[in-house]
Amino acid sequence: MRMREKVLLRVASKAFIPLILLFALYVQFHGDFGPGGGFQAGVIFAAGFVLFGLIFGLEALQQVVPWSVVERAVALGLLVYGGVGVSCILRGGRFLDYGALDHHSPMHGQHLGILIIELGVGLTVAATLLAIFYAMAGRGRA
Amino acid sequence: MEALGIWNYWGVVLLMMVGLYTVIARDHLVKKLIGLGIFQVAVILFYVSMGKVTGGTPPIIPEGADGSEVYSNPLPHVLMLTAIVVGVATLAVGLALVVRIREAYGTVEEDELQRMNRSGS
Amino acid sequence: MSEHLSALIVVLPLLAAPVCLLLKQPRMVRAWTSIVAWACLVMAWTLLERVHAEGVITYSMGGWDPPLGIEYRLDALNAYLLVIVTGIASVVFPSGAILTDTSLPEGKSHLYFAALLLCLAGLLGISSTGDLFNVFVFVEITSLSSYTLISLGKNRQALTAAFSYLVMGTIGGTFLLVGIGFLYQVTGTLNMQDLALRLPELLGSRTILAGFAFLMVGGSIKLAVFPLHQWLPNAYTHAPAAVSAFIAATATKVSYYLLARIIFTIFGAAFVFDALHLHWLLLPLAIAAMFAGSLAAVFQTDLKRLLAYSSIAQIGYMTLGLCMASETGLTGGIVHLFNHALMKGGLFLAVACVVMRTGSSSVSAISGLGRKMPLTMAAIVVGGLSLIGVPGTAGFISKWYLVVGALEKGWYAVSVLILLSSLIAVVYVWRLVETIFFGDPEHEVCEVPWTSWLPTWILIGATLVFGFWTDVTVGGASAAARSLLGVAP
Repeated sequence: MRMREKVLLRVASKAFIPLILLFALYVQFHGDFGPGGGFQAGVIFAAGFVLFGLIFGLEALQQVVPWSVVERAVALGLLVYGGVGVSCILRGGRFLDYGALDHHSPMHGQHLGILIIELGVGLTVAATLLAIFYAMAGRGRA
Repeated sequence: MEALGIWNYWGVVLLMMVGLYTVIARDHLVKKLIGLGIFQVAVILFYVSMGKVTGGTPPIIPEGADGSEVYSNPLPHVLMLTAIVVGVATLAVGLALVVRIREAYGTVEEDELQRMNRSGS
Repeated sequence: MSEHLSALIVVLPLLAAPVCLLLKQPRMVRAWTSIVAWACLVMAWTLLERVHAEGVITYSMGGWDPPLGIEYRLDALNAYLLVIVTGIASVVFPSGAILTDTSLPEGKSHLYFAALLLCLAGLLGISSTGDLFNVFVFVEITSLSSYTLISLGKNRQALTAAFSYLVMGTIGGTFLLVGIGFLYQVTGTLNMQDLALRLPELLGSRTILAGFAFLMVGGSIKLAVFPLHQWLPNAYTHAPAAVSAFIAATATKVSYYLLARIIFTIFGAAFVFDALHLHWLLLPLAIAAMFAGSLAAVFQTDLKRLLAYSSIAQIGYMTLGLCMASETGLTGGIVHLFNHALMKGGLFLAVACVVMRTGSSSVSAISGLGRKMPLTMAAIVVGGLSLIGVPGTAGFISKWYLVVGALEKGWYAVSVLILLSSLIAVVYVWRLVETIFFGDPEHEVCEVPWTSWLPTWILIGATLVFGFWTDVTVGGASAAARSLLGVAP
């Protein structure tokens, strides 16, 4: 009975996890037009990986996404966000003045700026939630 | 009858009081965190219900709009996205502390923790 | 680049924190943290000079002008506060005692320094911003990093102390959020200057009163004003000593600034003190804090706990300056921000040196160490004298202005109470002096290396220097007080 249940979970999750990750990307890029954006997408993205870790085990998850990658991704996302702000300063505008990113068309610059910072936010949030999962799940039974 | 018209604010007040009561009256640390979460959600509901304009549509300007639409206020929603993230982060730090308290003390009931702190140190 | 300093001073520590996560080498991370703190001090000093020369500096984030956009607005008060916070950070972060008294596992110090940098960024953000919701965001950044830092103390009580601070601090932050919501609902704006313009004709509204009440209670929880101070003793006692030095010297000052902004800039002293009579509530609470804190400190057996209760008393003095709402009183309160930051920062760093050598922070640990650790013990004695307010130390300057302010307002009883509570401070400081010089040594130790006693003496020496040379400190504080009261630009 146990073995059969596990097979069901494994098959179902193998079907669902790619869809979850795809949905996360959809939510990430559709934040301009509907509910969505970096934080929500990051959470859904991390949820896909957490589901993988719950079904297939923490060691398998750590082979897919090692701890060093997670730690670097947390830092990288925040640096991408800040980097966009600083590059706005370097291109002559204020901090986070996305209009300065594209001198020909400020509206296009706004669009580009929001897109990149939301990517940074999504990266950091997904990595942070995975890091929390690693830290909590990696502890033995207390 | 105006008291019925502001039913969403009554809901906010009820949730806030439930949350605060849970934080104060319950000894189990995880229950305190849940109460804190309920309290924060009440404030989120408060802002979101503040943002609704009567007869307003979602604040996205479609193609060919002529400016005569009434839109709901998007600013409280944006503020509350941040507040939700703050709530999640607080819950994460709180739960991490609870896990470590459980490992260090063996219990997560506040009265036992206070007894152990007072006597053992 | 120099016109972007108001934004860069917050952005630099915020972006330096993930860089700490990427550079994992302990020495590199320590050097990087110190360099960032020094760079922020240079920026803060430049901004203070510019504010004194040109007046208010405003910076529109993202190119959106206020009141639509978020502006970072520096006037005499917050430029002064920026120098205080970055000054303390630049002395505490490079100190040799920064990693003592912690339960940090090997190889994780980069996370500790990242948390310190995030705390610094949050504090600088609260001080610089001119938008109320931005204040809430930075308050939460500061609080979350403080919970993490406090939980790293050596004994397991650090965990429960951090948890109770988390619960109380989150309630305080959420109350701030509710207050901001009420104000936004009535006025439609979050910008502090715009609120100051729109509020006067709306002051009778019950929503505004409720918003004011929530903001006051939320800010008071963060400031640890008397009945809401329960989180402070445990948090400062069980945190690592250098973390207590940093947080005790900065977080309460920034919370005080927040209350002063809300009372004087947004609502105006006329509404708060003449119409609402807030001083009828705050004044008794401030005096209760002065006495309860000092009396509790007399009976403590742990150095950090003694300093924590003494902090509660000093916060009472600062709140007293706030209640007076006169130029002298506010100058006294604001200059006490500076002086108390120096005193408590120096004293907690000295305790960190004691823990480094003896492994304990109880009062009996410093017994008889007068000869063995002369520099550290002298620092504790001088810091204690400044806490009492002996003439020649910085503590005297702030108490002088507070007493003169009380006399100017005709509150003769209050000035007597200030002097009485200073006498109680004599009791606990004398206990320390007696233990240091006339006790029996428990431990066989030698003095700490210069990387640890030098930062301690920079702060304690500054209390002596600023006890005599008051141009900079009192000048800055009175300019800040005048700008708060709207007397002069």
